Amino acid sequence: MREVTFGQYFPSNSFVHKMNASIKILIVIAYIVAVFSVKQFHFLGFGICLAFVITVTAVAKVPFLKVLKSLKAIIFFIVFSAVLQLFFNKSGTPLWEGGFITDEGLKSAIFVSVKVSLVVLGASILTLTTSPIELADGIEVLLYPLKIVRFPVHEFALIMSIALRFIPTLMEETDRIIKAQKARGADFDSGNLFKRAKALIPVLIPLLVSSFRSADELADAMDARCYAGSKNRTKFKKSVITWRDLIGLIITAGLVVAVVYCNGFYIFPAVFL
Amino acid sequence: MALLELKNVCFSYDKQSPVIKDVSFEVQKGEYVAVIGHNGSGKSTIARLINALLKPESGSITVDGFSACDKKSVFEIRKRVGVVFQNPDNQMVASIVEDDVAFGPENLGVPRDEIAKRIDFALDAVGMQDFRKSAPERLSGGQKQRIAIAGVLALAPKIIILDESTAMLDPAGRKDVLRVVKKLNKEQGVTVIAITHYMEEVISADRVIVINDGTIETIGTPKEIFAKAKRLKEIGLELPTASYLANKLIEKGFRLPADVLSDEDLEEALCKL
Repeated sequence: MREVTFGQYFPSNSFVHKMNASIKILIVIAYIVAVFSVKQFHFLGFGICLAFVITVTAVAKVPFLKVLKSLKAIIFFIVFSAVLQLFFNKSGTPLWEGGFITDEGLKSAIFVSVKVSLVVLGASILTLTTSPIELADGIEVLLYPLKIVRFPVHEFALIMSIALRFIPTLMEETDRIIKAQKARGADFDSGNLFKRAKALIPVLIPLLVSSFRSADELADAMDARCYAGSKNRTKFKKSVITWRDLIGLIITAGLVVAVVYCNGFYIFPAVFL
Repeated sequence: MALLELKNVCFSYDKQSPVIKDVSFEVQKGEYVAVIGHNGSGKSTIARLINALLKPESGSITVDGFSACDKKSVFEIRKRVGVVFQNPDNQMVASIVEDDVAFGPENLGVPRDEIAKRIDFALDAVGMQDFRKSAPERLSGGQKQRIAIAGVLALAPKIIILDESTAMLDPAGRKDVLRVVKKLNKEQGVTVIAITHYMEEVISADRVIVINDGTIETIGTPKEIFAKAKRLKEIGLELPTASYLANKLIEKGFRLPADVLSDEDLEEALCKL
């Protein structure tokens, strides 16, 4: 059977991997707020955030290249926002006589690119060190307070974990259907993009049908095992917080304080600037 | 009183064409009962009726004193009757083996320490303790079905219904599952109802119920059933290879007993010629 890797989880036994997923999510949120709150052109704040990212990556024993690779996905977005800043930021003095690119434009182009990159790097460390299942569990714990406003936390979490659980099953099913259609003479590899997309219809429709069947069978199996929603339900998995999480939180608090200090105690998060 | 009792049960999916017509039988505690019938004979419907996934149109089903027609006793019945379905993939809820086994007891609101004990017991019983932390997609079909059995065992049921649980497995996986089920029946005294169309699985049953067209064709020991080779063939059932061969030899005029079931029986009978 083919090895199914979902997401970009990089298994290891490091300090960061062993941390509680909910705490890691909170830390990433704090980190992102810190990055966004760096005052315009205070590059030192970014330096602190970058140092944080590099330290965490090293502690997590994740190859730096893997973390950097996450930027590939948003490279277009970075270039696009940088270009917008370059051409449409009219404040400051032109870089050359009669030129339309100003020094401030250039500076803010770099500023925006660095800001977005830092956010993505931080978030990717989370997904590199936390498996999707742990993430789902972590989100569930964090959503728990929403129970007060009657948000169906348990159902939401169950949907997430079942979706994750069925990804490999559906991939296998897709494989099987593709093989079956190829055996019937289907051609997936030639023609232009439009033709190839159209060739996928005989794969998608059986896949849809079979996933409905799976859902039906799963529902029966859950019923048979006494599933009745969140009422009177216990939870086997415990969310444990260890000394690692406390150290993580303390360091993150240090990061936020350092960034705020760099801003000259300017706390207002200058989002999207 | 019998552990399970069906009395004049009728059922149809569309209220017009009955799938189950006036079926009555009893199952005693600790019995291993096989239910056989060709595809579409209604045997899987019987499993669903016993587990209260479906409600009979008329007649009564009683499990350990609880009526399956009474809405209030649905969970009491499902606690006592565990069903292992056909497709191993479509009855796993969680992405980690122990979480999946925990699903049933969680639904019942069993306290955490007790759940841990039940997981231990269930995984030991099916010989899958080593796979406790594995992902189901890394297991073979037979192993997945053993996990499904463990998931049912964790509910501490009195009856386990195997609804064609071996139909999608390779011969090795099928053997594996049957071995585990037989062990549970012998050592733990769990009542087993094995629904199947593989005659080989019928051999070791205490009693066999033959279903044809939604009615009970006959009930008897495996030997009694296989002696009626002609009738079995008429309703679309194949004999085990040894019985088939013995029957053919009898037709040719060899003096063999009519109740040959296993290869060993056949060997013995042939040596006595």
